[in-house]
Amino acid sequence: MHMADALISPAVGGTMLAVSAGLAVYSVKKIKDDMDEKKIPLMGVMGAFVFAAQMINFTIPATGSSGHIGGGMLLSILLGPYAGFLTMASILLIQALFFADGGLLAYGCNVFNMGFWTCFMAYPLIYKWFTRKGLSAKSISWGSIIAVVIALQLGAFSVVLETLASGKTELPFSTFVLLMQPIHLAIGFVEGLITAAIVTYVWKARPEILEKAVLGQALGNISMKKVLTGLVIGVVVVGGALSWFASANPDGLEWSMERTAGTTELEAPDGVHQTFSDLQEKTAFLPDYTFKAPAEAVEQEGAAEEAEGTWPAVDPGTSVSGLLGGTMTLVLAGCIGFVISLSKKKGSNAAV
Amino acid sequence: MSHHKVEVRDLRFSYPDGHEAILKVSFTIFHGESVGIIGANGAGKSTLLMLLMGILFPDAGEILVGDTHLTRKTLPMIRQRLGMVFQDPDDQLFMTTVHEDVAFGPRNYQLDEQEVEYRVVEALAQVGIPHLIDRAPFKLSGGEKRAAAIATVLSMKPDILIMDEPTASLDPKSRRRVMGLLKSFEHTKIITSHDLDMVFETCQRVIVIKDGLIAADGSVEEVLENQQLLDDCGLEMPLSLQNCPNCGASKQVTQ
Amino acid sequence: MKESIHQIRLLDDLARRPIPINRLHPLVKLLTTVIYLTVAVSFGRYEISALLPLVFYPVIIFSLAELPMADMLKRIGWVMPFVLGIGILNPVFDHQTVSLLGLTISRGWLTFLSISIKCILTVAAGIILIATTGIDRLGAAMRMIGFPRIFVLQLLLTYRYISVLGDELARMIRAYSLRAPGQKGIKRDAWGSFAGSLLLRSFDRAQRVYAAMCLRGFAGEYNTGNIAKINSRDLRFLAGWGAFFVIARIYNVPLLLGSLLTGVIK
Repeated sequence: MHMADALISPAVGGTMLAVSAGLAVYSVKKIKDDMDEKKIPLMGVMGAFVFAAQMINFTIPATGSSGHIGGGMLLSILLGPYAGFLTMASILLIQALFFADGGLLAYGCNVFNMGFWTCFMAYPLIYKWFTRKGLSAKSISWGSIIAVVIALQLGAFSVVLETLASGKTELPFSTFVLLMQPIHLAIGFVEGLITAAIVTYVWKARPEILEKAVLGQALGNISMKKVLTGLVIGVVVVGGALSWFASANPDGLEWSMERTAGTTELEAPDGVHQTFSDLQEKTAFLPDYTFKAPAEAVEQEGAAEEAEGTWPAVDPGTSVSGLLGGTMTLVLAGCIGFVISLSKKKGSNAAV
Repeated sequence: MSHHKVEVRDLRFSYPDGHEAILKVSFTIFHGESVGIIGANGAGKSTLLMLLMGILFPDAGEILVGDTHLTRKTLPMIRQRLGMVFQDPDDQLFMTTVHEDVAFGPRNYQLDEQEVEYRVVEALAQVGIPHLIDRAPFKLSGGEKRAAAIATVLSMKPDILIMDEPTASLDPKSRRRVMGLLKSFEHTKIITSHDLDMVFETCQRVIVIKDGLIAADGSVEEVLENQQLLDDCGLEMPLSLQNCPNCGASKQVTQ
Repeated sequence: MKESIHQIRLLDDLARRPIPINRLHPLVKLLTTVIYLTVAVSFGRYEISALLPLVFYPVIIFSLAELPMADMLKRIGWVMPFVLGIGILNPVFDHQTVSLLGLTISRGWLTFLSISIKCILTVAAGIILIATTGIDRLGAAMRMIGFPRIFVLQLLLTYRYISVLGDELARMIRAYSLRAPGQKGIKRDAWGSFAGSLLLRSFDRAQRVYAAMCLRGFAGEYNTGNIAKINSRDLRFLAGWGAFFVIARIYNVPLLLGSLLTGVIK
């Protein structure tokens, strides 16, 4: 579920970074207000725990495959939503930096997809509802499973929206969704079971840990108003993204059009799309939203010929000049690298 | 020099689950003394240390450091004078380099960076690991970790050092090194340990805890040569004092 | 688990070497990386040759930093599958075609190639950042740009205890597998207790760490040492590479190069 930089556009990456940063700052403030800074070592060690726990192979009976946990829900249950969110963010940062599990530009997306839905939506609204009358093996299990499943569905859907809004893939919306959601349904179910098992164990062995978590944090402190605000923001984000995709990605339409009408022509843009492409022309840094130009270019120029570096151009990659230049660039880069490492070796030899 | 004294009066403490860890403990430790606190597992040693440091608060009785009572309000001030070294150095080395760990304490006292730097270097030199200043803690051996953990406390210049099992899990050479360190410190020292030979060598006074009460409080020779007493408390004599396994002859105690 | 810890330690060691590139100010390296990533990712889906000049950055820095190539390439290789998995669907779904040197290929292959190259570039940039900076100095850079200090402290703590807990976990798994021959993972009825016992021990450890921090004066805020100032060498690095990336973005350098050559040949 970790998104890579290669599939993201700067606009989407930047927006989500801002959103996640805002959430993080808010969480830090809440932690300071509740004097929960004492939780910091707990957050650190629990973060390390979840990181380690993600490596555990939980064998799923009767399938021979194994499941893993993401950890967002577990962290919220143990630490509360704010501390849980920040802890999840730090785990994701370490994964991005040290394992390239998720890109750096895409960090904001990943924090949102895997932190926001679990800590700020599913935990307070679903898990806490199930356990509102008190903790029991049953309430914990139902709460965890349903909360995790829904959080992962929302997270997976966010991935779809973010990818489509970035425009790096030709994948049509419907296919992508059909791919992502069922897989994450299964993943979510397993993670929910694992989370339930762990929380139940902790509750039976050391109930005070959970009681303290329940008292200390507080659904009490999360006013309904804030939850609703969060929901509204979520709806706006989703809605905005949907309109982006709708205007910017007619591929779903194109695909079905091709099958019915036998043409690959993209529809002429209108309305929202036109505004966007106008915007794009002005801000030359966001080429990915111009979807009509490539089709037009190919159509009008037929087989690729002269490239002019008119952007966004299909052509540079296909013309002879482009290829020649490209090869030269690679060769040049390789030579420079080789020379540098040679001189380093010579340098160290000389020093001996 | 009364401000380096630690006094405990009629201390009592039970854990939330009902376990009565400390029933009634009283003692006074004077400036410069080296006191070993020994007892069987579960006797209450660690609990006592935590009470001394203010991590736990007693149900009854009081603790005085110098002439100040230990209360929630006086805690920060008292903690400046006490330095505790934990049993597991990994609990104490929580930063990403030794330098950061040793600097953590002084920085929290708002000292300026130059002074912090000076203290770090001094503390590391005192424990003999100045070369490890930029090492990451996971790259340290057991003995080095122990030394680093001690340094993190020394940099705060406490008057009284409290140590929980300082020689646990150390190989013989590291153990010897730590013992040398302890002997070189002039601070008031309170040491809990199962390593009775170490206690015999580094401490002058021994307090034996049994089931939350003090079973004995005397000089190290009095206590550690009293086989009956030690036996009653779930302990045995230090190996260096035990009878020869072959001929059964008792050893001469030489200083 | 062991490989993860090994990977972390490897990158940690690389960042601690006293070579010039490691000594550059972390904020400068962070900014350079961000600019690089933004530029790389802002190229259109069909741009390939224009992307290529960006390859200079990883190649040069890898050599300057003497990073172990084979290892790094392996790391990059691990990340590719998911991206490629999505990317490979492009040729499937994009039915428009282009002509390349007389061959007609689906436009999807272009986007696929573009994505693959971007993937390699972005992952390499990330590796460069962490392998030349290290989490400590990166934390300092983060504080400089405004990350809350509490978050950075918490990040460093997580980092610090990953190896401790990882070792514990490795021991637990070894103990488990010695009593569960033939099993590849943790059985369903042990899910809760296995992970749960590690969790409880971690919880206790957290209490002890908290106690250790309080005993050394921790009161909620994290005091940091002085952060080195940015010097002219750092600025030159940032300006130089920054300018290069921007130029590479605006002008299709390989194309210009190639046209020059073909023009000369003609």
